[in-house]
Amino acid sequence: MYGLLRFLKPYRFQIACVLLLIFGQTMADLYLPTLMSDIINTGVMKGDVGYIWRVGRLMMLVALGGTTASIVAALLSSRTAMGLGKDLRDAIFAHVEKFSLREFDKLGTPSLITRNTNDVTQIQMVAIIMMRMMVSAPIMCIGGLIMALSKDKGLTWILAVTLPILAAMVLLVATKGISLFRAIQKKIDKINLVVRENLEGIRVIRAFNRVNHEKQRFHEANLDLTETSIRAAQLMALLMPFMMLIMNLTTVAIIWFGGIRVDQGTLDIGNMMAFFQYAMQIMYALLMASMMFIMIPRAQASAARIHEVLATAPEIVDAPVTRNAGRERSHVEFKNVTFSYPGAEEPAIRNVSFDARPGEVTAIIGGTGSGKSTLLNLIPRFYDVDQGSVLVDGVDVREMAQEELRAKIGFVPQKAVLFSGTVAENIRYGKEDASEEEVRHAAEVAQAMDFISQLEGGFAAVVAQGGTNLSGGQKQRLSIARALVRKPEIYLFDDSFSALDFKTDARLRAALKREINGATVLIVAQRVSTVMDADRIVVLDEGRVAGIGTHRELMQTCEVYREIVSSQLSEEEIA
Amino acid sequence: MSEERKEARPAGPTQPAGLGPGRGGRPFGGGHGGFGRPVEKVKDFRGTLKRLIRYLQPMFPRLLIVLLATIASTVLSIISPKIMGKAVTSLGQTFGMRLMGLPAHVDFDYIGKIALWLVALYATSALFNYIAQYVMAGVAQKTVFAMRRDMNDKLARLPLKYFDGRTHGEIMSRMTNDIDNISSSLQQSLGQLISSAVGVVGAIVMMLTISGWLTLICILTLPLSFFVTALIARFSQRNFAAQQKELGELNGLVEEMFTGHKIVKAFGHEQKAIYEFRQINQRLYEAGWRAQFVSGIIFPLMNFINNTGYVLICVVGGIMVTQRRIQLGDITAFFQYQRMFTMPIAQMANIVNVLQSTLASAERVFEVLNEPEEEPDRVDAKIIPSPRGEVRFQDVTFRYKEDMPLIEHLNLEVKPGQTIAIVGPTGAGKTTLVNLLMRFYEIRSGRITIDGVDIRDLTREGLRSLFGMVLQDAWLFSGTIRDNIAYGREGATHEEIVRAAKAAHADHFIRALPNGYDTVLNDEASNISQGEKQLLTIARAILADPAILILDEATSSVDTRTEVHIQKAMTELMKGRTSFVIAHRLSTIRNAEKILVMNNGRIIETGTHEELLARGGFYADLYNSQFAGAYLDEKAV
Repeated sequence: MYGLLRFLKPYRFQIACVLLLIFGQTMADLYLPTLMSDIINTGVMKGDVGYIWRVGRLMMLVALGGTTASIVAALLSSRTAMGLGKDLRDAIFAHVEKFSLREFDKLGTPSLITRNTNDVTQIQMVAIIMMRMMVSAPIMCIGGLIMALSKDKGLTWILAVTLPILAAMVLLVATKGISLFRAIQKKIDKINLVVRENLEGIRVIRAFNRVNHEKQRFHEANLDLTETSIRAAQLMALLMPFMMLIMNLTTVAIIWFGGIRVDQGTLDIGNMMAFFQYAMQIMYALLMASMMFIMIPRAQASAARIHEVLATAPEIVDAPVTRNAGRERSHVEFKNVTFSYPGAEEPAIRNVSFDARPGEVTAIIGGTGSGKSTLLNLIPRFYDVDQGSVLVDGVDVREMAQEELRAKIGFVPQKAVLFSGTVAENIRYGKEDASEEEVRHAAEVAQAMDFISQLEGGFAAVVAQGGTNLSGGQKQRLSIARALVRKPEIYLFDDSFSALDFKTDARLRAALKREINGATVLIVAQRVSTVMDADRIVVLDEGRVAGIGTHRELMQTCEVYREIVSSQLSEEEIA
Repeated sequence: MSEERKEARPAGPTQPAGLGPGRGGRPFGGGHGGFGRPVEKVKDFRGTLKRLIRYLQPMFPRLLIVLLATIASTVLSIISPKIMGKAVTSLGQTFGMRLMGLPAHVDFDYIGKIALWLVALYATSALFNYIAQYVMAGVAQKTVFAMRRDMNDKLARLPLKYFDGRTHGEIMSRMTNDIDNISSSLQQSLGQLISSAVGVVGAIVMMLTISGWLTLICILTLPLSFFVTALIARFSQRNFAAQQKELGELNGLVEEMFTGHKIVKAFGHEQKAIYEFRQINQRLYEAGWRAQFVSGIIFPLMNFINNTGYVLICVVGGIMVTQRRIQLGDITAFFQYQRMFTMPIAQMANIVNVLQSTLASAERVFEVLNEPEEEPDRVDAKIIPSPRGEVRFQDVTFRYKEDMPLIEHLNLEVKPGQTIAIVGPTGAGKTTLVNLLMRFYEIRSGRITIDGVDIRDLTREGLRSLFGMVLQDAWLFSGTIRDNIAYGREGATHEEIVRAAKAAHADHFIRALPNGYDTVLNDEASNISQGEKQLLTIARAILADPAILILDEATSSVDTRTEVHIQKAMTELMKGRTSFVIAHRLSTIRNAEKILVMNNGRIIETGTHEELLARGGFYADLYNSQFAGAYLDEKAV
């Protein structure tokens, strides 16, 4: 929570103003009963109607002044709270952009999204409520107490008894209540989880005749939630009547003890009536303050989640002194590379060495979980290796500037990711200043022309968020075009052809062949037909290299490769 | 966003008026339907209300207690200010006489009596208030418990047609948001509504007994409040809409950039993303502070109107006291009545909103409960004790939509143990057959028989227990891997589970996970890969040991080498079982006894691989483009 306080610094002047204004507004509200007591004492008791009017006018002015102050305070506090929210969002977003994939794995993409959006909104709302109400509560409390003391010191003792009782009660219920409300939230989440799973798995549940089992699961969650909700509501039921009772008894006590002091001649009636109101104001202020107990833990949770993001240092940063790539170009080399994901028992990649040379196509093939994609992710330095080194153009990627390294690479991921915008904008993502001709050419090579020309608006057609208005194959082809338009030194295709049918796959690779002239191409694939013409095939098996060579060589030497091939091609095709 | 405003609403911090607090708002809750938010309309107000009341019917005795206790508590708290006023008047008299130099003493007998009365009144009022809220807690929660239960039970009886035609989010929202909404309305607003109504009427009556003129002044401030509320509501609605729009855009961008983080990094677009984010964030700020400001001034303004009333009572009341038309204590009593009266009225707009949105929520819940259910099992429904797995479609006709013929007069005979491959391009409607076989959907005419028995003569449970299936989108629930596999058969032993996992070639990867079979799959099951999910669902089907298998593109996201292993296990599993395989892969199809070729939802060709190739129809085309197309004249990469 306190880690975020520095974000308030630019607003200290505004916050000071808000405090001042709320102080003024509170004082105005506190002044009214005093004026009222003057009306009673001087006007009513002495029958001076003119005085009553005069003070009445003054009261209206005071009320108006208080209102003006609180409107200005509302303006400033809205701007401050929203400004704080804006700054936090900016800071989080900019920080997250620095994250490597490892931090994304650690914190989770959905969680990062929530932290950048909902959690900030939460903080923002708490900030606004703090400034709107909770600031005024202590001021009101203290101001009210001062006014009460000024009216009659003796009567203030009543408050010395009732206020602690009230505070203790609020504290007690709040602490118990908060833990109950937390439990309720968890139980609601649980119910939602059961319902969602039931909806998603409805065919499976019915097919396996597990409807009653699921009903039971739901029933248990439902019962659990209901019981806790009842407990919480019953606890809360205690709070209001009790607090009202205390407040009302306070007024009775004021009448009684006030009566005694009136009898002694130490208190006048107007001040007694004013005292009533101060007592009430103080108690209301206390109730407001108690809301902090509800707001703060919630904000704390959000603040902690935001702080965690900001405190997470990106693991992959540029070396203090970066090296420029050597004279070599388009050369990727793995030297005894071992890599494991955080917390994994076994390395995803073990002692992998191979060489991918310019102008050549290097294919990587292997079973699920054999580490193909992981291997590819090491080249743009999405992750850092544990042992060994990945060299690009003769330089260890850890010694290069990330920007320079990635500028050399045209990356096509396994799952095509497009951004909302037009088709052309999506392709230009690879090269911002690409000419129309370049964009068109990239689309042609990626075999995307035929469907783009059929879209309404062609290159200007709009891609929806997540590319939901395109098919998997179409998305993949745009994603390929995006990499092609860069004319990079190194092409990385992470199983990018599997969403395409065989014909398109083959045509695309043929067109690609003419494109890449001096570049290095790395293709991760599952289909043998995609890799069999490669200059070099690296066969991975459970993170290890099981064989390197051409299709023909591997058919002779590599058992794993033969297995893969025979599962896909018919006899005559293998031959 | 409105969540917080809700809690901030009742009982403001500055309440200068009022001696006693009367019945203030609740600091821990209050109504919902945030200020300035558009409220949705109810289609059938009366019908929905009636039905909601019917839900409360079993609770009527308790509700009666709530009603009576609330009325009692409110009435008692309404009487007290007037009684207290008497004490003030008495003190005032003493004070006044002293001012005139007369010797006078406070009548402590009288005041003491009043004080005792007040203590008794306040204590009883608080007790009744507590009783009302305590009982209401049970009423509200048990009512929504029943609603949630009914809705879940209903979902279990609804045909798949219902689920296929709707998004999960839509159904979820009814199950959670709407029911939550009803719950908090019942809990908080119902009691508030009763006490406010009683409070307003009571306050007016009490005020009238004191002074008609002062009452008139109080009532005159009302139109002012209404006017201010309405005006601000208009502004704030517009501003909140603007804020919502920017917020939506911002969330969209964050989602896109974070899910596409790899691409953003790979193409070095971090700075551009930050720039774009800043732009939207700035616009959100502009819209946001305006919305907050407008909704933030409602309170000061209402407070001002209140204070105006307070000052008027002071002045007019004070003058009336000097004229001896009312007494001093009447003013103090009036302060309290004024608050009792204006608070609920100022909140009226909010209460109406709450009622509206509650009924709208209830209506959406009832809509689900009204949906037509699956045809119940026949009373004399049978089960097949030892199934052979002979399946026959006789003249089956089926349509999803009335005017769209899909399957017309289909005849198909599958002998026990045969394998049927269903082939066709994506979206050809291959799941339709599954829907019919499992009786997820009802056929229009003809019959489907298993071992000669019409599936409609079987209990659904009996029918579905004949099948084992692995669907395209591997469905796993949050729980351990063990539980997920054991889903295939209740009461499976650990050995059986491991055997099934081994048969599905899942044992190896499961053991490699940190907790092995006890690894808990998270919400999205994102801690294992798509291929591994598939393996688990296969293990689940293997464990179920069914007579008929349905494999729906079961191996499409498993890599080919793992598939070889699975194929072996499957071939083993398929031995002696009738199998329907929906597959893209050649190897699966070629071994099938019969191939059903589907396109646009219809079965267009049937036969064996060789027969169909020889026919040179749709299948032959498909085969050539999908499997034989790997070689083109041009040398590829």
